[in-house]
Amino acid sequence: MKRHLLSAADLTRDDAELVLTTAAELRSLADRPIKKLPALRGRTVVNLFFEDSTRTRISFEAAAKRLSADVINFAAKGSSLSKGESLKDTALTLEAMGADAVVIRHSASGAPHRLAHSGWVRSSVVNAGDGTHEHPTQALLDAFTLWRHLGESKPSGLEGRRVAIVGDVLHSRVARSNALLLQTLGVDVTLVGPPTLLPVGVESWGVETSYDLDAVLPKADAVMMLRVQRERMQGGFFPTPREYSRRYGLDGRRMATLQDHTIVMHPGPMVRGMEITADVADSDRSVIVEQVTNGVAVRMAVLYLLLGGSESENNE
Amino acid sequence: MPAAPSADQQGRTDRVVLDARDIGRALTRISHEILERNKGASDLVLLGIPRRGVPLAHRIASRISAVEEYDVPVGSLDVTMYRDDLRMKPARTLLHTEIPGDGIDGKVVVLVDDVLFSGRTIRAALDTLNDVGRPRAVQLAVLVDRGHRELPIRADFVGKNLPTSLAERVSVRLAEIDDDGGVDSVSIEGTREDSA
Amino acid sequence: MSSTSYLIKNVRILGGEATDVLLEAGVVAAIGVGLDAPGAEVVDAEGLVALPGLVDLHTHLREPGREDAETVETGTRAAAMGGFTAVHAMANTDPVADTAGVVEQVHRLGREAGYCDVYAVGAVTVGLKGERLAELGAMADSAARVRVFSDDGHCVSDPLLMRRALEYVKAFDGVIAQHAQDPRLTEGAQMNESELSGRLGLAGWPAVAEEAIIARDCLLTAHVGSRLHVCHVSTAGSVEIVRDAKSKGWNVTAEACPHHLLLTDELAATYNPIYKVNPPLRSAADVEALRAGLADGTIDIVATDHAPHPHEDKDCEWAAAAFGMLGLETALSIVQHTMVDTGLLDWAGVAERMSAAPARIGQVADHGHPIEVGAPANITLYDPAATRTIDAAESASLSRNTPYAGMELPGRIEATFLRGRPTVLDGKLWEGTA
Repeated sequence: MKRHLLSAADLTRDDAELVLTTAAELRSLADRPIKKLPALRGRTVVNLFFEDSTRTRISFEAAAKRLSADVINFAAKGSSLSKGESLKDTALTLEAMGADAVVIRHSASGAPHRLAHSGWVRSSVVNAGDGTHEHPTQALLDAFTLWRHLGESKPSGLEGRRVAIVGDVLHSRVARSNALLLQTLGVDVTLVGPPTLLPVGVESWGVETSYDLDAVLPKADAVMMLRVQRERMQGGFFPTPREYSRRYGLDGRRMATLQDHTIVMHPGPMVRGMEITADVADSDRSVIVEQVTNGVAVRMAVLYLLLGGSESENNE
Repeated sequence: MPAAPSADQQGRTDRVVLDARDIGRALTRISHEILERNKGASDLVLLGIPRRGVPLAHRIASRISAVEEYDVPVGSLDVTMYRDDLRMKPARTLLHTEIPGDGIDGKVVVLVDDVLFSGRTIRAALDTLNDVGRPRAVQLAVLVDRGHRELPIRADFVGKNLPTSLAERVSVRLAEIDDDGGVDSVSIEGTREDSA
Repeated sequence: MSSTSYLIKNVRILGGEATDVLLEAGVVAAIGVGLDAPGAEVVDAEGLVALPGLVDLHTHLREPGREDAETVETGTRAAAMGGFTAVHAMANTDPVADTAGVVEQVHRLGREAGYCDVYAVGAVTVGLKGERLAELGAMADSAARVRVFSDDGHCVSDPLLMRRALEYVKAFDGVIAQHAQDPRLTEGAQMNESELSGRLGLAGWPAVAEEAIIARDCLLTAHVGSRLHVCHVSTAGSVEIVRDAKSKGWNVTAEACPHHLLLTDELAATYNPIYKVNPPLRSAADVEALRAGLADGTIDIVATDHAPHPHEDKDCEWAAAAFGMLGLETALSIVQHTMVDTGLLDWAGVAERMSAAPARIGQVADHGHPIEVGAPANITLYDPAATRTIDAAESASLSRNTPYAGMELPGRIEATFLRGRPTVLDGKLWEGTA
């Protein structure tokens, strides 16, 4: 593995499978009376969150603590974009505290990249979501969830499976990271959404695209619904929420067209009634709660693989 | 009888010190010793330390069940995260841990490994067990004890004591894991100390 | 004032045969092989090319208001180091150069600095807000004699306001230099809209946002019979539109920036805001089209869009960073690298596009003249055979935001003469200047 996890594209197929198999071992340890493992004793992990995301932060926090790392939560209210303390000064502070890893969430695409490559810090950098760019650990936990439900004994069992990612792909870091990672794992990905919410140049991503959800659903082994953020509704990307739901929402009628084994995923938080109806979210097909559980195991695996060994000489 | 040593031009030698039959006999003896020491098999749990400790634990278990007509629970215990040398190499791949269904609380756990050397792996295993449960007793069975302990640890059951120099390497091959014709062996590789 | 005369020996005017040039009393006094001028300082120019002093139609000097980024003095020092004898200072200062008072201040500061002539560009609209016309006539009539008006940094996007501006400047033969960027199509835009912007999650800046405004403004210019200058053309489509407008005989001129002739949007993948610029770096195909347009005259001039920013405005996240890059000191090297060494332009072509044409468009009487006897002695001596590795720390600018740091570029300015006096000599600022 590289020293940082900035993009799902940083992971080779071997890397990705190693994260997943490591996560599988770690997940089974969750049944032990003592969940703590000593691997990262004496290491410091900083959760640097420039953007509110309680669920991602506590997932990383639980992961780091179960590996016995010291955890510092740094909620930087307002980034330098709003003329608060700059990313650089924050980074220098963390460096002075001796952080071994910085888990960063930031509203600006590429902020983790800057943190890793500007010489401000020596620590490993883990991207916990940057702007509309990527969210690689979410993609890893999604892949892990897919593997547990669809794959065989090994992650390579995902080869040839079909996953539909539906909704606001344009603004979704989850979609970008999943498109990259799932392809690395040999999964056939189809991005589905209105043309206004599919990025320019998406045809070069190596994935299928479709504007027609109904045509895609019967072939999918998993359907991943993306959140439609409130502010997009004002952006003129689609006429009304009602029209969006009618064309791209997953409801009971559409769910009935899925194959028996097909699962429904959502990175959360859901907008019930918008991209997904309550009966679908709460159905047996929904693995949304399990995704959260898996998130801790996958983030433990990432932190262990980045920090559990000697410091890499690879300073790329 | 050990097989004849084969030496290359640098004076390196690879000599087989236990062949498949030797290993089989050693495991049979260990199985009997475990039963004798513990007066039966009723609360035994065998935990192999991956990788080669795991098939050894299974072989011992099958020998015990042949004698006692009782299936001893067998599992595997990965000690990677408890090692004291984690920082000395890139992050190691985790190996499989599987604790038998009834757990280890109140049981006699016999740890099984292929080679006992510095004792550090067993130290890590004892720490690992500590987080898994509270056994009544912990015992250690190894196929080979090659000496050079760095910690106050000893084995309860030893297949063969093998005096070695630090420059030598003890290599255990088992049919279940090592894919070269399915022949078990223990050999010593490395510079032979002629003075020995 | 020093009255030293300079005898430049063995220089190749526009790359021609070696000859001597005598500068005396602010003009070119003599040209010929084997000149002798007792008392004149001799400059050995063996192997150097003489160009008329370069003229930049698009410079940000930041004074007044952002003296932490650049001042008129530091900006003009950088200009001299780049071989420029005249620059046009853009209006987006603080206060905005939208009144006679501010343009006269910039003009005066330039004269005092003495490193190159500074011509103020006036704002088209009050405060660059795009709401109502600034007092264009007052600026034209002021001591600064403003002829170029631009809201650069902002587009005059209101079509009616643009029409009025184009019409109004006809009264004093002014020109509107448009920053062509449809504001709605570029809301939040961070980089060229492309497959890469989609992957990087950076909001895209479509070519059409530039091209639609250029097309509209060409039509308006033709309709009202005025003069339009298009700032920093960056796309192949824009080149095509300007070419078409020119073919119809419309009075449209256009500029390209050195960085758009060399760098591409792939650099955004570093997320290093040193490459963040407005308009954004475009594709390799766009770069090719710009070079071709500059070669065939569709694009009239090279303008630097020298945009200094303090370190902290670039040492941050991409989205938080300021747009713009330094350009004055590297412009001629980039043009040599992209246009001369590729065979697209000869030195006469470079002189036209970096001196004569910008002087014409800016109506700067003292600059852009051919090097001939009697012409103002504004001359740049350039060594095209030299190479240099760009070191941001060595810049004469107050800022360090050059995208070329670490790159090896051809050519070096050996000397710059402004009205017969050196501002740069032996490749260094001449301390006798100020």
